[in-house]
Parts: sequence; structure tokens; C-alpha cells
Amino acid sequence: MSDSDRIKKRQDGEAFALSLRVVLAEFTLELDEILTPSGVTAVFGRSGSGKTTLLRAIAGFEKPVRGRIALGDQVWFDEEAKIFEPPNRRSIGMLFQDVRLFPHLDVRANLDFAWKRRNTWTAKAGMQQNIARDEVIEALDLDIMLGRNVTSLSGGEQQRVALARTLLTSPDILLLDEPLAALDRERKAEILPYLEDVTRRFMIPTLFVSHDLDEVARLADRMMVLSEGQVQMYGETAEILERLDLEPIGGRFEAGVLVEGKVLRHDTRLHLTTVDLDGDALAIPLAEDSSVGDILRLRVRARDVALATERPAGLSIRNVLPGEITDLIRTPGSGEVEARVQLRSAHIRARLTLAAVEELGLAPGRRVFVLVKSVSLEGGR
Amino acid sequence: MTMPDASPIWLTIKLASLTTAILFVVGTPLAWWLASTKSKLRPFVEAVTALPLVLPPTVLGFYLLLVMSPHSPLGAFWVKVSGETLTFSFTGLVFASILYSLPFMVQPLTSAFEAVGRGPIEAAASLGASPVDAFFRVVAPLSARGFVTAGVLTFAHTLGEFGVVLMVGGNIPGETRVLSIAIYDHVETLQYAEAHALSAGLLAFSFIVLLLVYTFDRKARVRVG
Repeated sequence: MSDSDRIKKRQDGEAFALSLRVVLAEFTLELDEILTPSGVTAVFGRSGSGKTTLLRAIAGFEKPVRGRIALGDQVWFDEEAKIFEPPNRRSIGMLFQDVRLFPHLDVRANLDFAWKRRNTWTAKAGMQQNIARDEVIEALDLDIMLGRNVTSLSGGEQQRVALARTLLTSPDILLLDEPLAALDRERKAEILPYLEDVTRRFMIPTLFVSHDLDEVARLADRMMVLSEGQVQMYGETAEILERLDLEPIGGRFEAGVLVEGKVLRHDTRLHLTTVDLDGDALAIPLAEDSSVGDILRLRVRARDVALATERPAGLSIRNVLPGEITDLIRTPGSGEVEARVQLRSAHIRARLTLAAVEELGLAPGRRVFVLVKSVSLEGGR
Repeated sequence: MTMPDASPIWLTIKLASLTTAILFVVGTPLAWWLASTKSKLRPFVEAVTALPLVLPPTVLGFYLLLVMSPHSPLGAFWVKVSGETLTFSFTGLVFASILYSLPFMVQPLTSAFEAVGRGPIEAAASLGASPVDAFFRVVAPLSARGFVTAGVLTFAHTLGEFGVVLMVGGNIPGETRVLSIAIYDHVETLQYAEAHALSAGLLAFSFIVLLLVYTFDRKARVRVG
């Protein structure tokens, strides 16, 4: 195959058809999926659900009992054909939870280690673009720390160096194994924008293992929910996050919706940003980092939404949007009801009590006013 | 104090250097295998490697004498290729020392490799480094202290070897008469002055070497963090 064919395949996304049929000692997993070049797919589940094992099988650190693992036309494991490529022959880039920089090398030498080996698999695969060294260093702001000893860096800085290091091999797929789990909130907030930027900028399909739904909501376009080694759900992140049956898996994560909207204006005096959800304006706490016209990703938890049958007056809640109830779902074994309300174009979920639903006579088709108490900003682009 | 014959000193240093050099080559892969294998053979190999630590040197020496004797297959083969016997020769002494000092090379290296762990190796592999590449560029530099410790312990232990040498090497000046044997010899013949000179020298040398190792060790620890 010529290089231009490969580049075309890459653009079509065909090169990133990840085909998995993995039988490990503890579970069986089957998946045939075309990963989009700039897409982040989250692999989500509780600890012990097999998500790290899955990633390690793709990387080649675990050998499946049976099955097949292929990315595009590169076959990495095929039990029947007796193929098993060791990790160093797979065009993967892996980010580990415990970072794993080489402590005997400084930042520059850690990067050079990867850079010198960037062509080891090109002969076989050859479809990756060659990522420029300077661009990686610039994207992750590593210029000023090149001469530093890696042990003197903060956790967030170390993970940035590790991300740069793995990018320098120009991998065909990025495997992120809970790279943020060991970091505290502040460090997480520091590295998340880099992860977002890098996956889009370098167009590398990414599998992102996480047990933190906030991270998933922020980074992933698609998500796969694993439970006891089985894929329980797979689809668009926004769609899956809405599903109530996620709760037993998601734990503390609250059911709700993920919506995207465009920044209309900022009000610095009242400290508010107004976001347009295709016709509905939503006021959120000032999003300082965004500018007018930016797309923001917002999460509205079901418990932060109330419904009213008439437009309420004298209310402290700023966000009152008209809509129509499309579904009412009773949570089994409780007095709670989940309502799905269609706004002008977006939709939203509200958690109500059964008593309220009966008293107000709520039913699908009923026009209501949606009262949104709070919104959290998950990210922007 | 009269100056003793210098030949046992040079012979001992030659023996210890050669043994250490060969054990670096033989012991490193063995230690690497022990540190990374999941094989059921591992405890067996570990036990065999550690035997010289617990066996009286005379036991090891006795069996080596049997195995290396010109009447045994190995001994006879050696006579055929080299024209000399393994027993009561310098070559035989090197063979014996390698076995005798094996645990002093393998054990520090195994713990050093285990301390490095799978993490850096997997990271190197994910960046495209082959196992050999990863060993030389990542594992070996991270195990530098282990290599120093193993080398020094092997060298120092070979210096002090007595029982095995006596059993398989005897006491041939310039061939197998190493320091410890020379000292024993001097004491037997009541030449205390000569015995004293050699013993004090060995004592001082061993102390200085160990002092250097522990000083280096401390500094290395601080640097690695």
C-alpha cells in the first residue's frame, strides 16, 4: 500500500477500524468499531470491571487466551493465525496511571528516547503521520522544562512530559490508562485542557480508561461501559450519560444531560455567561476562558432541574425555559420519577417526586416550564 | 616485618578480576531471568544458585574435585582440548570461583532488577524499544547500584576464598597459591610476620573497598531520590 493510500485511509477513518475479540482469563469482549481520527472513546467501569486489562491487551502487555485484535490492516493478535506482536511492534502510544517517566533521564532525554524510536514500526504500519517534535513540545508547553530532572516535576508536569513522549512516536492509537487518577483536583484541571487539545490537534484516535464520569463527560465523544468484562453500553457519551441505569455503575455520578451551546455574551458585572442552546438561552456562572462564539459543553443534573406548569413569578432561579414533557420514567422501588423534557432543540432531564407528578398532573405532551438551578461547565472547544 | 612474596597477591587479584568479569556476563542474564520469569523452575534455580552460601566450601570443593578430575567426563574432555587438567590448575580455580561466588553476583542483581519493576520496561516497550534495547537503555542504568554492589561483593568474596581453593587447587606457587592459602601456609610454618603482612593487607583492602561501596551507595540513593 502506498503512503498516499494510507493517508487517504486515515482521513476516511478506515485505517482506524479497531477490531477486538478478546478472551482473557476473566472475561470475553467483542467489539468492532471504526474509531474517528480525532475521537476519544472512554472505557468506563468500576475498578475490577476489566477496563485496564482491555487496554493492556490492546497494547500487548496481556496475551488474550483467544480472539483477534486488529487496527486497520495491522493484525496484532490472532489466535488462529498464531500472530502475537509484542508491544514494541504495535503502533500504540500508552499513558500510564503511574506516569513511568525514566528517572535516570532528564525531560529532554525522555523525549529523545521516544523520538529516536519513532520509526521502529513504520516499516510495517506506515500510516501514521509524522508528528513534529517541536509541535509536541509547544503543544504541551515543555520548552522551559526540557533540562529538568523528571523527579523534580509536579505530578501534572510529569504526565504532560509522558504525553509528549508517547506522541513523539507518532502512534496510530493512544491508550490512556487513567492518566489523571493519581492527580489531585487542581493538577487534573491543569492537564485536562492539554489532553483535549492534543487529541484534536494530532488527530489520533484515543481510548481513555476512566472511572470518573466527570472526566468522561469532558473528554470523550463516545463511551463504552464495561461491567464484569462485558460491554454493557456503547454509544455517544451524551446519550449514555443520560441513561438512568448507569447509576449503579456510575456511583456518585448523577443522571443528567450533556448539552452543547454557543457563548452569546459575557456579563462581568453580574458574573454571568449566556449560552445559546439553539434557541434557548441559558445563564451560567462566568466562563472566563471562553470567548463569544465558542462552543461550551454543559452538564445539567436531573436533580438540579424542577418543573412548573405555569411561568413562575418572583423566583430566584434565573433559568426558566419553556418545554414539553416527552417521557416520564419511574425509578423502580422509589418514589422518584425522571422526566424528559424537549426544549426548542435540546432536551433536558428532571428528577421529580411521584407525589409532585400526580399533584401537578404531569404527563407526556404536557407543556411545562423548566427551572434549572445549576449548570456545570464540562469543557469547551 | 619482612616483605612476603608478591606472587600470591597478583594471582589472587587475577583470579578475582577474571571471576568477576565472567560472572557479569553469566550472572546478568541469569539474574534477569530470575527477576522476570513466571516459570515454575524459578525456585529450583534460585535454590541451586544460593547453595554456595550455605554449603561448607569443602563440600562444594569435594564435588568440584570429582567433576573436574581427569577421570570424570568433564575433566577428561578438558584434558583433551587444552592438554592440562582442571584440578590443581589456575583454570580450574576460575571455574570453581565462578560457582562459589555466583550468589554474590546473582542475588544483588536480581533484587536490583526486581526493584526496577515492570513499569519502566513496559513504558519503553510502548515507545517501540525491543526487550534488549529496553534492558540496556533503561533497566541497566536504573540498576547501576546493583551492578556496583554485585561486582564488589563478587570480587571481595573471591579474594577471601579458601576451602574450595584448597580442595580443587591445592597449593602450587604461581598457579593456585592464592592469598588465603599463602596466609594459611605461613601460619602452619610459624612465619607469623609474613602471615601478618598479608592478613593486614587483605583486611585493609577489603575495608576500603566496602567503605567506597557504601559511600557510593549513599550518594547514589540521594541522587536517585
